[in-house]
Amino acid sequence: MRHTISVLVENEFGVLARVAGLFSGRGFNIESLSVAPTLDPAVSRMTIVTCGDERILEQINKQLHKLINTIRVIDFTGQDCVEREMALIKVSAEEDTRAEVLRIADIFRAKVVDVAPRCYTIEVTGTPGKVGAIVELLRPMGIRELVRTGPVVLGRGPKAVEK
Amino acid sequence: MKMTGSKILLECLRLEGVETLFGFPGGTVINIYDDLVDSPIRHILTRHEQAAVHAADGYARATGKVGVVIATSGPGATNTVTGIATAYMDSVPLVVVTGQVPTPLIGNDAFQEADIVGITRPITKHNYLVKDVKDLSRIVKEAFYIARTGRPGPVLIDFPKDIQVATTKFDYPATVHLPGYKPTYSGNLRQVEKAVKMMLGAKRPVIYVGGGASSPEAAAALKQLAETLEAPVATTLMGMASIPKRHPLCLGMLGMHGTYYANMAVTESDLLVAVGARFDDRVTGSVPHFAPQASIIHIDIDPTSIKKNVRVDLPIVGDLHEVLNKMVAKLAEYPQEAARAREETGFWRQRIAAWRESHPVHYTPSNSVIKPQFVIEKLRELSAEDAIITTEVGQHQMWTAQFFDFCRPRTFLTSGGLGTMGYGLPAALGAQAAFPERQVIDISGDGSFQMNSQELATLVQFKLPVKIAILNNNYLGMVRQWQQLFFQRRYSQTVLDVPIDFVKLAEAYGAVGFSVSRPDEVEDVIRRAFAEPGPVIMEFKVEREENVIPMVPAGKALNEMVLSS
Ligand SMILES: Cc1ncc(C[n+]2csc(CCOP(=O)(O)OP(=O)(O)O)c2C)c(N)n1
Ligand SMILES: [Mg+2]
Repeated sequence: MRHTISVLVENEFGVLARVAGLFSGRGFNIESLSVAPTLDPAVSRMTIVTCGDERILEQINKQLHKLINTIRVIDFTGQDCVEREMALIKVSAEEDTRAEVLRIADIFRAKVVDVAPRCYTIEVTGTPGKVGAIVELLRPMGIRELVRTGPVVLGRGPKAVEK
Repeated sequence: MKMTGSKILLECLRLEGVETLFGFPGGTVINIYDDLVDSPIRHILTRHEQAAVHAADGYARATGKVGVVIATSGPGATNTVTGIATAYMDSVPLVVVTGQVPTPLIGNDAFQEADIVGITRPITKHNYLVKDVKDLSRIVKEAFYIARTGRPGPVLIDFPKDIQVATTKFDYPATVHLPGYKPTYSGNLRQVEKAVKMMLGAKRPVIYVGGGASSPEAAAALKQLAETLEAPVATTLMGMASIPKRHPLCLGMLGMHGTYYANMAVTESDLLVAVGARFDDRVTGSVPHFAPQASIIHIDIDPTSIKKNVRVDLPIVGDLHEVLNKMVAKLAEYPQEAARAREETGFWRQRIAAWRESHPVHYTPSNSVIKPQFVIEKLRELSAEDAIITTEVGQHQMWTAQFFDFCRPRTFLTSGGLGTMGYGLPAALGAQAAFPERQVIDISGDGSFQMNSQELATLVQFKLPVKIAILNNNYLGMVRQWQQLFFQRRYSQTVLDVPIDFVKLAEAYGAVGFSVSRPDEVEDVIRRAFAEPGPVIMEFKVEREENVIPMVPAGKALNEMVLSS
């Protein structure tokens, strides 16, 4: 099963390598990983999408905790949360497909952020499912390049996990 | 007053109570070695950095204190890797300081540069690169704190040469601030209560003890718990010295080369209380067939050990000493129930006694050739009760576990998790450095001995009277045994077919050597060796193709032991 986990870590030298090394060394999956500082510049927040059964997830959670630089680990699976991912999609826009590309972008409330002759770059934000859907719709038009950030996630409501 | 990084390091070590360092010099630690001349801390110069780490490890296991190592950058640092991994697997507290090239050169493939922080990340509890001399005292403080608290382990500090000569005001922090590191010690009281209820209700309980109970305090609490319930105790290789072998409740070792009765008891138990153990595959054999009828209580300081390999019915995270004491205290509130439990488990102990009687730990004695097990028995008989025993890895190690009656905590130092050949001699060196007056004996194989035999020089130089007993079978015996049993006796590269003169080897280093091949000479040579004031090699030319039994073939269930060779 797919799990989205937030990890608050001390913003220290090598901490990303520690987390990545833990996953590779113990044979855990990483589907995506995003990381940036939080409000407190001494703390970074990682969002990791991984998969595995209950036993593996329990190990991932505990092993992450065991790293000295890890402050908190939150598994958002089954929790009420907002999950968003961004993608930049460089898609062919030929005379006969240009209108369709724009129409699809419009439906997904995506923006054209760069225009070249016969090529648009589209920025889209949404749940990983929504991003996947626009990618599939644009695929027949000819996607030249695609970059996804991997999701980030916050719990709903006023409660915060940082401090 | 401003101090250099190098002086600050040594001052921090002094304030941490470090009396002995193990290490080996080189270009990027030359400043530290220069300052050592004026330091009260003793430095023991091993002849290889791997041995320095094993020595610090032996020192740490024997004393319970943090072992400290210094090595130079590049090859010095990479030579520490096996030692660090060995300590990591067996949860031994170490602080390893490596020199590093000056910070402006890091990443440039400079002379003797190696990314030791990257290399040791998965085999240290934590590691540091010092980038600013102002961080140094905090880092050293944290390193010692992390190494010795929670589940202990090695911490590495990579210390660039330019930071060693940089200066700052020295100020040793009184406390550490580690927001992400808060080990749990006390153990949840409600869980403890539940555990006590389960123990009082069990009909066939077994306590299974690992290396987590190695401190004398934890061992004492364990003994009390076992005695209150009259529950039999099986140990891992690492848990061996935590309960006296001769104790009536002690079943000896379980697992691959465990005793018949320990493995049968675990297999038939209805409650298994795992104490500071981690269900290693050498212990469990086939996991689905491991203790199939038992509820499992698992007490450990490290939450990641719990439910890693086997299902657990009741986890308790905490320091064993505290948790076991709480259990004993709780049990004292139920004296009648405890008495009834002792009574109701009487038949269980009888059943185990019957297994013990039908399949004792045994070997076939001989009058013509030295049996390795006989040497181990004699070593026990003739050594002091508080003697510290180290081993290398192989058959001799398993025979030591089977035939040496350990009776005190911290007297059996062996590489359990990593199984490092070459561990025993330097570990003995470190233990002897900690306890100059006690007997320290390395029980060795002819193969393993040659992995760190250069340390004979260190023993002689520092007057460390370690006694080395080499059980010479001219084989990499343990591998040969597997080849015999599972590879149709095709002894591929396990025959050590060059007759080494271990007596001359000892003498070449200025030590004493004895060699014997007849059983009736064994006792005499051990007596003579023990009477020598300095280091001694005793070579015992033993039965070459003796096997370690019982043996649970890899992947089989514990009750599928091979009982004879
Ligand atoms: C560094 C290292 N290399 C290889 C092994 C694999 N190994 C385990 S036991 C053994 C044989 C050890 O031979 P010896 O020291 O003579 O002991 P014996 O089994 O003969 O008593 C070997 C090669 C190991 N444990 N450690
Ligand atoms: Mg051998």
